[in-house]
Amino acid sequence: MGADRSRLPDVGPDPPFTFPLVVRHTLPNGLRVQTVEHPDVPVVTFVMQIEGGAGADPRGREGLAALTADMVDEGTGGLSAIEVSEALERIGAVYDVDVGADATVFTLTTLSRFAARGAALLADMLVRPTLSEADFDRVRQLRLDRLRQLKDLPPAVAERAFLRLVYGDHPYGHLPIGSDSALRAASLSDVAAFHGATFRPDRATLVAAGALLHEELFRIAEAEFGSWAAIAAALGAGPPAAADLVPEHAAPRLAIVPREAAAQSELRIGQLATRRNTPDYHALLVMNAVLGGQFVSRINLKLREEKGYTYGARTGFDWRRGVTPFSQQASVHTAATAEAVREALQELGAIREVRPPSNGEMALAKASLTRGYPRNFETAQQVARSVAQLALYDLPATYFEEFVPRVSAVETADVTRVAARYLDPARVTTLVVGDHGTIADSMDALGLGEPQLLPADV
Amino acid sequence: MLAVAPVDLPFTKRTLANGLDVLVHEDHHVPIVAVNVWYHVGSKNERPGRTGFAHLFEHLMFEGSEHHNTGYFAPLQRAGALLNGSTNTDRTNYWEVVPTGAVDLALWMESDRMGYLRSAVTRERFETQRDVVLNERRQNYENRPYGLALMAVLAALFPPDHPYHWMTIGGADDIRTMQLDDVQAFFRTYYHPSNASLALAGDIETSRALDLAEEYFGELPAGQRPEPMRADAAVPREIRLVLEDRVELPRVYMAWHSPAMFASRDAEMDLLGDVLGHGKTSRLYRTLVYERRLALDVSAHQSSRELSGFFLVVATASPGRSLTELAAAMDAELQRLIDRGPSEDDMERAKAQIEAQFMYRLQTVGGFGGKSDQLNAYNVLRGIPGFFAADLARYQQATRDSVREAAEHLLRLDRRVVLSVVPRGQQALALPGSEPVSVS
Repeated sequence: MGADRSRLPDVGPDPPFTFPLVVRHTLPNGLRVQTVEHPDVPVVTFVMQIEGGAGADPRGREGLAALTADMVDEGTGGLSAIEVSEALERIGAVYDVDVGADATVFTLTTLSRFAARGAALLADMLVRPTLSEADFDRVRQLRLDRLRQLKDLPPAVAERAFLRLVYGDHPYGHLPIGSDSALRAASLSDVAAFHGATFRPDRATLVAAGALLHEELFRIAEAEFGSWAAIAAALGAGPPAAADLVPEHAAPRLAIVPREAAAQSELRIGQLATRRNTPDYHALLVMNAVLGGQFVSRINLKLREEKGYTYGARTGFDWRRGVTPFSQQASVHTAATAEAVREALQELGAIREVRPPSNGEMALAKASLTRGYPRNFETAQQVARSVAQLALYDLPATYFEEFVPRVSAVETADVTRVAARYLDPARVTTLVVGDHGTIADSMDALGLGEPQLLPADV
Repeated sequence: MLAVAPVDLPFTKRTLANGLDVLVHEDHHVPIVAVNVWYHVGSKNERPGRTGFAHLFEHLMFEGSEHHNTGYFAPLQRAGALLNGSTNTDRTNYWEVVPTGAVDLALWMESDRMGYLRSAVTRERFETQRDVVLNERRQNYENRPYGLALMAVLAALFPPDHPYHWMTIGGADDIRTMQLDDVQAFFRTYYHPSNASLALAGDIETSRALDLAEEYFGELPAGQRPEPMRADAAVPREIRLVLEDRVELPRVYMAWHSPAMFASRDAEMDLLGDVLGHGKTSRLYRTLVYERRLALDVSAHQSSRELSGFFLVVATASPGRSLTELAAAMDAELQRLIDRGPSEDDMERAKAQIEAQFMYRLQTVGGFGGKSDQLNAYNVLRGIPGFFAADLARYQQATRDSVREAAEHLLRLDRRVVLSVVPRGQQALALPGSEPVSVS
């Protein structure tokens, strides 16, 4: 007997899912240590989240946080950069650094039986890096060369220009890699000073997740990081964090980074919205899902599935502790540039009142956010990173349990309210990295005014 | 020394009457199920002049099928699924990761497009997806620095009638001239249960998974399994080429023919890739980037495919350094490895990493590279779904000598393709004697 193809099968109820229990400690030196038991595969992940990412770069030293992050695995104690890597390889470790706007996150995953060794290496690197002049010179040059290469990579050019356009000279207004002039101006003593000021236990959170007991994970963390010296109170809190500075910058309506004979135009269309810990967060997630947060969203269906202008278009928030940008992103065929911008702007405006989400769109957006939620807790690394985020964004310990009910409670009126509050087509900045000569006339016809022209390395 | 971990990927296999292989792996730690379907067709099954078709076809699989004749994504996303698909030279895969309660839905959808796609492919959908694919090509190849380099390398490494001569994305002109009529024949030849493999992994009882597979896929008619392919290629000398691109810094690609996936010396070539180019401790990184600062990045990689493989070494010159200087230093490192092989310490570290990687591969049930995808890979490309442990053993059994011997036989400096990619208008920066190539 075959299947009944007259209708789609019903979907069964969501099975109960127990979110991981997080045990929280604070060591005497101020380090927050959080442990999560994640059995199944004998793997352990350590996530060390150090507050003060690229947003903490001093003015004129943009790129310093990333440079510092890059220097910590360049040698420690008696080990050279190569020897540090050899030690990591011997335990099959995967080591990764992510420099964000508000924090730098170091992740080390290894097999459970090497957990103590992995934590010891991580502590040596983060707390006691060698920071030699020769390594600094090499690492900085590699970053300068990388920066030079990024000028040819349209998505990177667009990211860089867009941050600059919406934030101006706010500390969030640059990519973690920084700028050529700032990297050239940086010295090893800048790195040492930045490391001293930001790599401090009272501004860090260590999450250990994996196939060991809470007590074992905690014991390992305490043994390796307990001796990390607390910062004397005299050093104080330092300058205000980027998150506490409210951006006050008038962004232009239209900007173009010319890229002659480009096959496609790289688009960023958006504006500053709000903070990650806003009470509107769940409504904004639903709004984003309807608008461009998933394949069947309005903008992707329009630009890709109906028009064929692009391989894919999406919208999203680049969440931060401070005011966060929202943008629509796509790489579109050069000939379709103005039309794609027109359609995208129309969609950004329409969701506010002309075309509020239908009941079907609301149901789909909410279900896609909630019903798949447990799959975000499959690996030790996913769990550790999610738990670390709670600390970064001052979210409550009950956050995971509350996620599904909160998203489910979002109503159409909430979505139109947050859309009206945070999406303002009259304030939106449209950035195009593309063939200016070819698109200029059709872009003029959009009525966004005279474009501001920017170099690829603004 | 890393002790051998007891690593395995247990499963149950049943082949339906229509030839569909069904593989089930239980893992109940998160209430999700991965559904994964492989069709044994890729760009290798295309013909010159018609390249890119297998991949365009993959796009059409998401546009609807006879009994659900609108987009594939909506019902699944409404059920909380994550889903995607991909095409390479050898196979096309499709997957969903769904909450446990939506397994029926995912199997209904996958079986409907396996059995009843044809009437849903309209001219309009075909033409729109052709435009989408042309944009995918622009985004990932034409408008990306060094994005066309691998096309030039493969075109030189494999002769024009070899199935690996072209990349899976296909030629832009071929894509533009594709015909709707070709869709039907392609579907009939390659998209049927006898040429497919279905894997379910996750929060589901084996007996129920097998019953559901029978319920949804059992009714589909068997097809004829395509004949296995063979193709040979050799590079008799060193071929030097130069490609101009919109890049800041020159880069050199060196490519050799190498063993097919799972063939003799394939694992050795993987290990060679690690020793040469993986991480800061690797030979090329240490010498070219760390010590001599000739390059700003290096990589070395065995890319093993079903019919044959290729080994690729790539390095980007530091500003002010020449490709000639860079290539000479690369050759010296290659020669050292050919002469002396890796050290015992190199081998220990490489094996430790590979053993850990096998363990990490057991962490996810779905998606690209998850356990369901691995079961299908072993089943389709090796004919043995339970090959996981044997696959790991291939690496554990490799020795300094076997790796050195593989390097000596396969990495001949006088038989390879060497491509210089240089900034526009600066062909003089290429290695001496390089012939200009153009790719579009």
